[in-house]
Amino acid sequence: MEQFLQQIVNGISLGSIYALIALGYTMVYGIIKLINFAHSDVYMLGAFVGYFCMTTLRLNFFLSLLASMAFCTVLGVVIEKVAYKPLRNSTRIAALITAIGVSLFLQYTTMAITGPDVRSYPAMSGFLAQSVSLGSIRITMQQIIILAVTIVLMVVLQFIVKKTRIGRAMRAVSLDQDAAELMGININATISFTFALGSALAGAAGILVGVYYNSINPLMGTLPGLKAFVAAVFGGIGLIPGAMIGGYFIGIVEVLVSGYGNSMYRDAVVFAILILILIIKPAGLLGKNVREKV
Amino acid sequence: MPILSVNKLTKSFGGLTAVSNVNMELEQGELVGLIGPNGAGKTTLFNLLTGVYVPSSGTITLTKDGKSKPIHGLKPYTICKEGLARTFQNIRLFKDLTVLDNVRIAMNQNVKYGLASSFFHLPSHRKEEEKLLHDAIELLKIFKLDHKKDELAKNLPYGEQRHLEIARALATKPILLLLDEPAAGMNPAETAELTELIGWIREKFNLTILLIEHDMSLVMKICERIYVLDYGVVIANGTPEEIKNNKRVIEAYLGEEISNV
Repeated sequence: MEQFLQQIVNGISLGSIYALIALGYTMVYGIIKLINFAHSDVYMLGAFVGYFCMTTLRLNFFLSLLASMAFCTVLGVVIEKVAYKPLRNSTRIAALITAIGVSLFLQYTTMAITGPDVRSYPAMSGFLAQSVSLGSIRITMQQIIILAVTIVLMVVLQFIVKKTRIGRAMRAVSLDQDAAELMGININATISFTFALGSALAGAAGILVGVYYNSINPLMGTLPGLKAFVAAVFGGIGLIPGAMIGGYFIGIVEVLVSGYGNSMYRDAVVFAILILILIIKPAGLLGKNVREKV
Repeated sequence: MPILSVNKLTKSFGGLTAVSNVNMELEQGELVGLIGPNGAGKTTLFNLLTGVYVPSSGTITLTKDGKSKPIHGLKPYTICKEGLARTFQNIRLFKDLTVLDNVRIAMNQNVKYGLASSFFHLPSHRKEEEKLLHDAIELLKIFKLDHKKDELAKNLPYGEQRHLEIARALATKPILLLLDEPAAGMNPAETAELTELIGWIREKFNLTILLIEHDMSLVMKICERIYVLDYGVVIANGTPEEIKNNKRVIEAYLGEEISNV
């Protein structure tokens, strides 16, 4: 039982990170129906910017977190403007292939600049290195911070989407772009803002992963990116609560498979979940299956 | 000075000229009808006026507070801010949002607070949001939709969806309202009610209205002036009486052969 609870604690930490990345996938999909494969590399760059801030600039964790979120926000907006906006009216497959191209571009540009080596994040010191014990369950301060940062960001995101005018504009654009524009909504600004929000969350996820797993490399985005994508599909792509639930579910499943089964299978299980959800409920857990009318 | 003046407006799609050399002037407070057979270019003209299409040639000038401004070639959201709002022939509500949010989205452009103040939940955010809510409900009351404000737009009956579209257009605070077949699919009783409503909102909001409609009972009853479009060309312009007796209009609707008999 204690081992199980310990695994759940670890799963929640991992799940928080998947959820943060999945939110970016799902928001961008919701608004322009694009699966932004470059998103996982925005997350990777978030980790690298965090690394740079903490080592070279010697900033503390929270300043580094803000810096990497700010960097990723700008990066996300630039990617949208340069790569996706010119293709807004072309086929979806063109934009999708461009997204893969942007992803490779970011990976290998980073590799060219930083080298392909794995780097380790500086060890946490002070209260960030401590841990709390509840009975025999050990919760590290890093895990608490991951969860806290994730919850704060999700609450802020929910507030923006539900209660502010830009959030209303986002929901309107995702439902009917043309009608929204005729109601006075600036489509380009709204789409840019969506990329900015999603990328900021990815940046946060990047630095949290660096702190938690202690190692980063230029190709680190691929697998977590795919798993976060599975999480978004699991919850129902395009739906913000779906991405949160999906992220935690995938994180916990992965940790449980490693803990009780064989850690070799943990990736296979995640993708098996994707296959199952696509067969059983293609619209995702929270999505509505829309039957095509004949 | 006309509130809207359209000069030699032309739109071609490849070899097809959907709107050709159209001239049109609307005076402040007028209620003008735009009629014509199917495919005459009425909705294309609306799309040109609202910026969905960029005209091939010609000009559109909107006069607001005594200042004239060319609006052809501007983005739809900018034209909307200049004071031109529309409804759609096939209803284009935000179906999965509530009635209230549909109206609030259209009010967005008039909201003053910035993102920073909503982040920190400053009083300016709360005050503006409260005012927005109040204005939206006042507007919904006019259309007797206030008690349904939390329902999803797609769950409203058809007639109320039509009303909500007009409410949403009014929420953008227009000076000129374009209605694209507002009575489509309504029964005679609903049409009669709508006819009165259109006249009433014109007075209440001090609007100029241009409407496309096939229901002649509505057009002949409330329009002061009518433009008739056929094959993209304005073939007649005048009072309902004049239009009823115009030979070219009858030909356009009934075909040449019949009128020659």
